[in-house]
Amino acid sequence: MKKTLGLAALTAMLLGGTAHAQQVTVKVGVLSDMSSLYSDIGGAGSVAAAKLAIADFAKANPNVKVELVSGDHQNKPDVGSQLANQWYDVDKVDMIIDTPNSGVALAVSQITTTKNKVFVVSGAAASDLTGPKCNANTVHWTYDTWMLANGTGKAIVKTGGDSWFFLTADYAFGHALERDTMAAVEKNGGKVLGKVRHPLNTNDFSSFLLQAQASKAKIVGLANAGGDTINAIKAGAEFGLSKGGQKFAGLLVFASDVNALGLATAQGLTLTETWYWDLNDANRAWTKRWQAERNAAGKFPTMVQAGVYSGLTHYLKSVAALKSGADGKAVVEEMKKLPTDDVLFGKGTIRADGRKVHPAYLLEVKAPAESKHPGDFYHVRATIPADEAFRPLAEGNCPLVKG
Amino acid sequence: MFEICLPVLLGGKCIPSGALFGQLLIGLINGSFYALLSLGLAVIFGMLNIINFSHGAQYMLGAFVAYLMLQYSGLGYWPALIIAPLVVGLTGVIIERVFLQWLYKLDHLYGLLLTFGLALIIEGVVRNKFGSAGLPYTMPDSLRGGQNLGFMFLPNYRAWVIVASLGVCIGTWFVIERTRLGAYLRAATENPTLVRAFGINVPVMITLTYGFGVALAAFAGVMAAPIYNVSPQMGSELIIVVFAVVVIGGMGSILGAIVTGFGLGVVEGLTKVFFPEASNTVIFVIMAIVLLVRPAGLFGRRA
Repeated sequence: MKKTLGLAALTAMLLGGTAHAQQVTVKVGVLSDMSSLYSDIGGAGSVAAAKLAIADFAKANPNVKVELVSGDHQNKPDVGSQLANQWYDVDKVDMIIDTPNSGVALAVSQITTTKNKVFVVSGAAASDLTGPKCNANTVHWTYDTWMLANGTGKAIVKTGGDSWFFLTADYAFGHALERDTMAAVEKNGGKVLGKVRHPLNTNDFSSFLLQAQASKAKIVGLANAGGDTINAIKAGAEFGLSKGGQKFAGLLVFASDVNALGLATAQGLTLTETWYWDLNDANRAWTKRWQAERNAAGKFPTMVQAGVYSGLTHYLKSVAALKSGADGKAVVEEMKKLPTDDVLFGKGTIRADGRKVHPAYLLEVKAPAESKHPGDFYHVRATIPADEAFRPLAEGNCPLVKG
Repeated sequence: MFEICLPVLLGGKCIPSGALFGQLLIGLINGSFYALLSLGLAVIFGMLNIINFSHGAQYMLGAFVAYLMLQYSGLGYWPALIIAPLVVGLTGVIIERVFLQWLYKLDHLYGLLLTFGLALIIEGVVRNKFGSAGLPYTMPDSLRGGQNLGFMFLPNYRAWVIVASLGVCIGTWFVIERTRLGAYLRAATENPTLVRAFGINVPVMITLTYGFGVALAAFAGVMAAPIYNVSPQMGSELIIVVFAVVVIGGMGSILGAIVTGFGLGVVEGLTKVFFPEASNTVIFVIMAIVLLVRPAGLFGRRA
């Protein structure tokens, strides 16, 4: 009897103790391409970034317990949707992050709002996520097609590249990027002389390059990504594009693509990113930690992976402020209310349409002789301030923005 | 210079004749790769009755071995052109000895599934080790630059691709169709027991044939490394087209593989000018038509 009483007292004490510290538990899912063409852009590198974010957050907030799961959407919207449903319904996941591939991201965004959870997009590009398809549970963190088109397009027209020819990947992403860039070029006084739509995963670009050369356009805009961009640039170097006075504009180029091309081939290419690992000391220090966590000394993090760290950090701060992660809409509202501040993206805000805004950088790929150490890829040519980098709030047709 | 137009029914697009010659030449260059790859497949199918689905992965391995040689031993393009096919061919020999030799008497499906599985494993392992973005491989200095042909700028490397591919294709065709060794090989596929009775070691010959087919894929991979992205998925993107080429040419027909390889390269090149959106599909449309009209393929002998 005495023993039972003692146990009961102990239990009560323990229960009381937990309640006093107000333990909050949230479960986070990194949904990415783990095994295919975008797995170097997000993938295991995004999981490593998420782990770093959780570790840093735990130091300051021991009362919030964060669990992490990760999964592979295989670039298929149906696989991604199924996984998202299972995570939300069965595994009690509170938020999903990353998700390169705009098709998958648009599907997951829809599911997230029906189930009132949180979706922070770092990897996907389509600006529709904060445009007509926006919702109160989705935040688009790192970059989008409008920002790429305007950053690169405007800068090139202003420096004399006023006639364009497009090589466009023939699917939704390519069309969106081409549409946004054409608008930016024409708005700034340039003109578009022609375009050719090539199928996704085209191996040989020489035929298209001949057409681009025949057009005599000063700039050949690449509205494609990954392997297609790399193959086009390789063929351009071979067919003497620059000898004819023409230049490439890479509309979506990641550090991993530059690495695959080699500086000798990629030099002189102009591109826009929102984060570059070698930009400042804070980024370099974080990159070292990321390389250790990822167990890959020779790899360099992309802006997508940095965006996962930054986005997750801000989400966790908002959950800590609310002391709960249960209501997705409330968390996103809190995320929009709190100013963002972290070591990688600095200070910023999230707009009503879910667009996170921060500065973007106009970069130019260095020549091999100018590169001082591994991963020393870019000259920073210009910084585009946060309020100019992204599409104006009123132009997005997002139903959340009134008036 | 005059202009060449499509019939109005097909869009009526016009291009200058000079540009057309350029596109024809580029079609031939791409056809060189199709010919090299489908040649290997045709040799393997013709002699072993195996549908080698790991051909794309072996093509990719060729490019990766070339990259590793440059990275770790400083051996450049020319040594790689010899050594990489030998190394990858050797792995082919091992695959044949360990797995394939047990499958010859079974349905085609077993060989197809085995080689497809191997392709997935090889691709997965390479991706795990090197990532998906691809690796840089620079062109040898001796093949840099190009010639201005008046109607187009022809890079020296592309000219070399046509020459090397034609040389290898004609050489292989000659050995198999016109020499005593080739006669043994063809006889061994018809009736292995009888050929053995003449004192010829048939299993070794078959093993080496598979090794040779695989080495051809690796050779094409090294040829591709300086101009295409060297990534784990480079083979799987190409292999489906190459299979279509083999089917159009006639499964197992060496000459068929070579001629259709070059021919379809040209057809695809023209599609890229007149209707680029269809350039990935045109080969399969042709395949469907050929299968309807001549089920054994253009050069195939009816079994």
